[in-house]
Amino acid sequence: MIDFDYTLTTVVLGGALVGLLSGVFGVYALLRKQSLLGDTISHAALPGIALVFLLLRVKHPLALTLGAMAAGWLGTMIMPAVVNRSRIKLDTIIAVVLAVFFGFGLALLSVIQKLPTANQAGLTKFLYGNASTMLRQDVHVMAAFTLISVCAVLLFWKEFKIATFDADYARSLGLPVRWLDMLLFSLIVVAITVGLQTVGVVLMSAMLVAPAAAARQWTNRMEIMALLSALFGMGASISGALLSSSITHLPTGPATVCIITLFFLISILFAPNRGLLWRWIRRRSHHGEITQARLLEELYWLEQNHEPGSHYHEIRSLQAVNRERIDRYLDTLTQQGWTERSGAGGIRLTSAGLKQVKTAHAEMEGKERL
Amino acid sequence: MIFDIILIACIVAAACSMPGVFLVLRRLSLQSDAISHSVLFGIVISFFLVKNFHSPLLMIGAAATGVLTVMLSELLLKTKLVKEDASIGLVFPALFSIGVILISKYAGDIHLDVDAVLTGEIALAPFDRFVVGGVDLGPRSAWSMGLIALINLLLLLGFFKELKLSTFDAGLAASLGFRPHLLHYGLMIMVSITAVGAFDSVGSILVVALMIAPAATAYLLTDSLALMILLSMGIGITSAAVGVLLAFSLDTSISGTMAVVCGMFFAIALFFSPRYGMISKWLIARDRKWIFACYTLCVHLLHHEGTPEEEEESHVRHLQDDLKWEPKYAQKVVASGIRNGLLLKTGNHLHLTPLGKETVRSLMNRG
Amino acid sequence: MTNPSSSSPLPLDVTDLTVAYHEKPVLWDVDCVVPEGTLLAIVGPNGAGKSTFIKASLGLIPTAAGRIKIFGKPYASQRKRVGYVPQRESVDWDFPTHALDVVTMGRYGHLGWFMRPGKTEREMAMDALEKVGMAEFAQRQISQLSGGQQQRVFLARALVQDADLYFMDEPFSGVDAATERSIIQLLQELRFKGKTVIVVHHDLQTLKEYFDWCMLLNVRRIALGPVDEVLTKENLHRAYGGRAAFLRS
Repeated sequence: MIDFDYTLTTVVLGGALVGLLSGVFGVYALLRKQSLLGDTISHAALPGIALVFLLLRVKHPLALTLGAMAAGWLGTMIMPAVVNRSRIKLDTIIAVVLAVFFGFGLALLSVIQKLPTANQAGLTKFLYGNASTMLRQDVHVMAAFTLISVCAVLLFWKEFKIATFDADYARSLGLPVRWLDMLLFSLIVVAITVGLQTVGVVLMSAMLVAPAAAARQWTNRMEIMALLSALFGMGASISGALLSSSITHLPTGPATVCIITLFFLISILFAPNRGLLWRWIRRRSHHGEITQARLLEELYWLEQNHEPGSHYHEIRSLQAVNRERIDRYLDTLTQQGWTERSGAGGIRLTSAGLKQVKTAHAEMEGKERL
Repeated sequence: MIFDIILIACIVAAACSMPGVFLVLRRLSLQSDAISHSVLFGIVISFFLVKNFHSPLLMIGAAATGVLTVMLSELLLKTKLVKEDASIGLVFPALFSIGVILISKYAGDIHLDVDAVLTGEIALAPFDRFVVGGVDLGPRSAWSMGLIALINLLLLLGFFKELKLSTFDAGLAASLGFRPHLLHYGLMIMVSITAVGAFDSVGSILVVALMIAPAATAYLLTDSLALMILLSMGIGITSAAVGVLLAFSLDTSISGTMAVVCGMFFAIALFFSPRYGMISKWLIARDRKWIFACYTLCVHLLHHEGTPEEEEESHVRHLQDDLKWEPKYAQKVVASGIRNGLLLKTGNHLHLTPLGKETVRSLMNRG
Repeated sequence: MTNPSSSSPLPLDVTDLTVAYHEKPVLWDVDCVVPEGTLLAIVGPNGAGKSTFIKASLGLIPTAAGRIKIFGKPYASQRKRVGYVPQRESVDWDFPTHALDVVTMGRYGHLGWFMRPGKTEREMAMDALEKVGMAEFAQRQISQLSGGQQQRVFLARALVQDADLYFMDEPFSGVDAATERSIIQLLQELRFKGKTVIVVHHDLQTLKEYFDWCMLLNVRRIALGPVDEVLTKENLHRAYGGRAAFLRS
């Protein structure tokens, strides 16, 4: 690190671009249930990078990115072609393409490493990502691709959305869904190849899945989801890049993936409404409500089937709740003014309680009628 | 030395092909990707505990991580907050990342190179000898991998019937009292142990190549499960041997070259397999397309036979107007119908022959 | 052909439609002519090709043979006059969007490229939601709607297309009795306004009460016409085999 400021700004800028792109396009991959495609595209990109380097013998960032894109694109186009024309299933061809392309890439890398002239040191960064070797010209290339992709998403927002949500319907409206899918797909390939620089081939898929999955927890709107996902992606990849360039022997990719997984864990546990904690609390309170309703119902039934009027029922005879917890529920009911208790272990409905039962009944009927 | 490497590679390939077949048949191929990555976490953690790369505890740790990966994915899936693809894609990268970070932070303690995690170091494997009482019995990894292959083989033979049934009809297997879930986890443990064993020789991604590609190749060649297992073993071993030889002559990465050879065998089967290859499928589909077009025409003619509009419907021009067939295409269909004795053409009108009527009627009754 | 010499072209005129999947026939030489202002049900056993017929009419799947005309022209030039309600199961209801947004999608075809739905579109969508009795659920995430409500949202989305011909694929599946009645009321209203509605239907019992016309389908067209004329014992037997015997009692 000769020029700390230079490196630092490069790293932050690069990380931000990577996070932005993978965040936004991860949303589409996630919603189309194609998250694992990210894994294939990134692995398939490796031979493209290696071939371009073998041909040009220089690390030209634009050329390398284009090589990666071509290979990633080829790898992913093979998959539907094979699935549609043979008995091979999607999961199998994903695994085969991923492993074979990557193997080819490794074989090419081993050739490159033996070249006498090559300054190949920078190429292994494509495996796990290395933010600190990023140059300003790398960032320029990334920025150009990011600009193009983001513009495309903004322009085709509603088309991409409807093609993702309901492709048949979109087709019936006359939208060229095949072309839209192809375009979106190519943009995902772009996002992945741009991310290879910092996150690396092996872990790029996580950058596509995790920010989007985390963002989905916080909102029910696709627009907000894309924004949040981009923010999460940026946050994780900037902090991952910063960490790895300040701590020695910490590859950027794994660091970033750990951070984004943490984001995801927090989101799935604590996000309002969809979060697990929230759900658990709601289920508990829902359980409480049901128990209360059942208690009121039982008291009502006792009242109807025994002498109506000011008769206290024995708490011991209630069966809606087991003995240990009944007092707690009866206390809440009494606090709400729906029941009153006699000193000697008796309980009965008040007129307010009676009304509550009757509204509940009316609601039930209404629901059935609807 | 090259002989030792070929031997190790072949044993690895044989061991991988056995669980691979079931992964392919059960559409779980991507679990091999997930598990082969996440076992790294298990290896590193176990290594910190036992400080020895040859301890059987490493295997147990790895098997546990494999199961952990599958369980965590299922747990995520059960929340219904993420779909299946994402549930796999969220778990293994995280575990793998922790593994890689630990290795690179404590590189001095662990004799594992971050690059080697992906590529393996099969070229170094022959130097690690298995010596008992001063007698050199060959490379250690040949023995350990051989043991894993043997375990896989025994499990396969022991549970062949159960695996077969639960693979092809999980519902029936469950109703017969087999425990599909138990078998599923058993298979995942098998995958994990094999992945760990193969890890230091071929690396994590190449485990995927050796497990899935030969099995997929065999799947294109046969319908019999037993034959598929044998074939995939044979293909795996051949790919491994050819891969090593090729890597030596080209001076390239051994594991990478092995994967490429696996891919080439797969591609050959994909195109040229007599029954399921893309070329023969394409030929069959092309034939069937013409026959089907012929039948379509016959059905159409029969449909309107004896109706007032028969005159118009049977006219050759009608094929272009109402069936929306290109003139050339329509001509070809008519020609093939006449050649096959299904149609007669008088002037510009088409009629069904008795054979044509018979054919169409029997088709209708079947449909 | 049976094309009557009416002044306005027929909403749907299908001739000799054959659709095959992997060279196996799904629809075989089906003719279907639907006059304007008809409420037509497509009925038939499972795998009869009912959805396929709709999808082929909409140009969503390739055809092996046949000609499809919508108001006298190929579908591609008539898209704005056609509304579509796909099967409810065809989408992922956990998609991050709300009811109003889904209904707004019905205007995308009219909007054209690069245009964003604005106030007009949202108002139209709100109106449509109101019509199907879903106005209060406009901002509700779609997975939090019941099956019947989801079906109503799809219906509203088709209404907002403001079409003359509607294709609906099983709009009554997974719907409670009350919703079914209000949906059929809506369809009948559309018919009275002169629109043509083609519906894939399952229930032979309600056929006569709900629809004017009916097409019995089982790979081939068994019968087409007014419900009473179509629902003969012989036709039903040809469509369903022995299975329909008890349905007519």
